[in-house]
Amino acid sequence: MNSVTVRTLLVRGMLAGLGAGVLAFVFAYLVGEGPVNAAIAFEEANSHEHGGEELVSRSLQSTAGLATGLLVFGVAIGGIAALAFCFALGRIGRFGARATAALTALAGFLLLYLVPILKYPANPPAVGDPDTIGKRTLLFVLMIALSVLLGIATVLLGRRLAPAWGNWNASIAAGTAFVTMVAVAMAVLPSGDNTPKGFPATDLWEFRTASIGIQAVLWAAFGLLFGFLAERVLEPRPARSPASTVAA
Amino acid sequence: MAQSTAAPMPTIQTVTPLPLRTLAPWAVFFGVLMLVLLYFVGAEQGATAVLSGEGVHEWVHDSRHLLGFPCH
Repeated sequence: MNSVTVRTLLVRGMLAGLGAGVLAFVFAYLVGEGPVNAAIAFEEANSHEHGGEELVSRSLQSTAGLATGLLVFGVAIGGIAALAFCFALGRIGRFGARATAALTALAGFLLLYLVPILKYPANPPAVGDPDTIGKRTLLFVLMIALSVLLGIATVLLGRRLAPAWGNWNASIAAGTAFVTMVAVAMAVLPSGDNTPKGFPATDLWEFRTASIGIQAVLWAAFGLLFGFLAERVLEPRPARSPASTVAA
Repeated sequence: MAQSTAAPMPTIQTVTPLPLRTLAPWAVFFGVLMLVLLYFVGAEQGATAVLSGEGVHEWVHDSRHLLGFPCH
């Protein structure tokens, strides 16, 4: 266990993130582009200032541009999750490499995406006033930061309660505390609603479910891929079953 | 293939945590680097801008929307 291990895990985390980004891109292209195009059609039908020349064409935005964004995002969250995994390994209970990787990915999906978007959901083009982009970005980042801090506090609380209460009750108590604190944060922070009048509710729903799907694909693929790769670094095992070597 | 079964396997493996002193430099340096990548996908030429123009914003436009970041 030395810095070589950390480096190997970091590289593998970024590779797993890249692979997950590819899968997320396929999902996004198939499921997400429809609602995006519907929103752009609404935008163009209702806006009087649009209609200038395009810097990047729609066909590039929906293919190469989409792929760039999702692959870079995949690598970035892969690296961050790999570092979180290095810290969590052996510190969150008796979990092996695969289980720790799966739990890290689950925590990433919940804390970095699902909890924050319950307050500030993903918005398609045409939804959101460009003049408030600074405020909305700040609130979104603030919500992510709160969610992560409360998530860490929840794990610490659960670990603290576990010896006296047992794992089951400690998890319930810590989970309840997390939901309560998140609910308070959501009630206190200002509303993020800025949907223009007449925007089709179905488009909004389809866009947001597509967004959730993309992130779910990304994190699930990352957790499984990285768990596989990390286990081969941390728990190298000789081939035990003679049946598998005979087949090869 | 004679010695493949020779190594005794411990029945319960306790995972040794990676020491924080080895992890910290990696976490700080690459953590910041990864956040810079996230910034360019999620917020550059939106809320704030390091580079002038609209190129980055327009190029990652669809992924920024679909990943949940406020885009414009």
